[in-house]
Amino acid sequence: MILGTLVLWYGGAIYLNSDLLISNYERKNVEWSAEKLVNDAWSMERPILPAPHQIAVELNKTVFQKKITSKRSLVYHAWITTSATLLGFTFGGLLGILLAVGIVHVPTLDRSLMPWVIASQTIPILAIAPMIIVVLGNIGLTGTIPKSIISMYLCFFPITIGMVKGLRSPDVLQMDLMRTYSASAAQIFWKLRVPASVPYLFASLKVAVAISLVGAIVGELPTGAVSGIGARLLSGSYYGQTIQIWSALVVASVLGMLLVYIVAVTEKIALGRMGGRT
Amino acid sequence: MHQDNIVRESAASMIDIGKPVIDIENLNLTFQTPDAPVHALSDINLKINSGEFVSFIGPSGCGKTTLMRVIADLETPTDGHITVNGMSPKDAREQRAYGYVFQAPALYPWRSVQKNVMLPLEIMGLSKTEQLERAEKNLALVNLEGFEKKFPWQLSGGMQQRVSIARALSVEPDLLLMDEPFGALDEITRDHLNEQLLRLWDQTKKTVIFVTHSIPESVFLSSKIVVMSPRPGKIIDIIDCNLPRDRTLDIRESPEFLEIAHRVREGLRAGHSYDD
Repeated sequence: MILGTLVLWYGGAIYLNSDLLISNYERKNVEWSAEKLVNDAWSMERPILPAPHQIAVELNKTVFQKKITSKRSLVYHAWITTSATLLGFTFGGLLGILLAVGIVHVPTLDRSLMPWVIASQTIPILAIAPMIIVVLGNIGLTGTIPKSIISMYLCFFPITIGMVKGLRSPDVLQMDLMRTYSASAAQIFWKLRVPASVPYLFASLKVAVAISLVGAIVGELPTGAVSGIGARLLSGSYYGQTIQIWSALVVASVLGMLLVYIVAVTEKIALGRMGGRT
Repeated sequence: MHQDNIVRESAASMIDIGKPVIDIENLNLTFQTPDAPVHALSDINLKINSGEFVSFIGPSGCGKTTLMRVIADLETPTDGHITVNGMSPKDAREQRAYGYVFQAPALYPWRSVQKNVMLPLEIMGLSKTEQLERAEKNLALVNLEGFEKKFPWQLSGGMQQRVSIARALSVEPDLLLMDEPFGALDEITRDHLNEQLLRLWDQTKKTVIFVTHSIPESVFLSSKIVVMSPRPGKIIDIIDCNLPRDRTLDIRESPEFLEIAHRVREGLRAGHSYDD
């Protein structure tokens, strides 16, 4: 799988970069062979598609060679984005759960809130993100908070949907049982609905954490942010630094995988304690 | 039809004639469904005294489960009169007068066996020591010592149902409502659990109401059998079953047993004859 991807990638790098190189050779009247073309295609300074080893070199330079406090360190930028992601994820989780509890327990909310929740997700985030940044900037909120609010805006949705389903998952028998004990609504909530919803919650959290990372990166794009993975993508595209863009993308995806993995491990521990067959 | 049976007290031969626990008069229940109202219970009259083991038997759709759910205040009758322990079913439920065993074990999969038994006790607000004590005692009653820390999926179907019985008993109710608790189990497990249940009843002197559609099971367990028929659900016969309280499975070959079983079968057949 990985090998196949690499072969395709190197091939693609030759194919996409060759036009530029060939026109260059012709302009400068340089003799060129297929071998020279391939070598050059894999070592351009501003390629259309950089070769994997170029990205690896760049990653090595910006992740391991720089001090992590340096503005040129990708670790530093990744941390800026991660902090916005985690804050947004926390907000989004709380908002999502709160909405779900409201929807499950208040019939009016069930009918009135759901259309709004769904409508909120049909608005393209790229359109609304600058608005949020501008409005929040006006009331004095800048930096991490606006980014995490965009992140929250994106990630509360799967949590609401998952939790509504989870809180409603107890079957008739399990509910009847609570009734025969004349349990209060609060007791039914804490002893039945909440534990029953945990598997659903984790499924949503895995989706939500990946989305909240996307939200945080998107939140960095329209602001002209100077730090964060989004800022690296932006400055890379300004200056045609494709290698920089690609290494930022690699870091973003590694970060995403890491976050999902952390949620998955937490899930395993939590469900294990709740008698899951692991 | 058998009005005299209903009024008749299960006189001399009954071992334990106590005060009435359930008193039902002219009870009706109609479910409103989209196409047509369903007359689930029609003119039910029934008295159950404390210490009795009463079976409701009948084919599917005869309202036996519904009648039990009315007693448990899980359904509300359309009209008629019913008291449980001399009060309305709602008050009785709120005082936790009964333990209910459902068709399925309905254990909460995220709780260990012990925690499942402690669930009603937590809701009642008992102290932790009391909860543990009662869980231990009742799990021992159903022969499940040593399984406290297991989770439901690690247990067989029969063991799960025993946990649910222990859970119902842990509330320490005088009245035990059992809705086809062994319906989903194989016959050998079922026989075994029947014997255990009978011993339990004998030891604890509880009143038990038991829904089943097995004739041998009802005759083997009961001190009184209520035969029901469907559409509309009604009582067509009430049969006293005066076998000794400490009966064993062997009794199923005795002439008395077969005679009662025969009468139950006749009743069930009569209920069906005008229907098919």
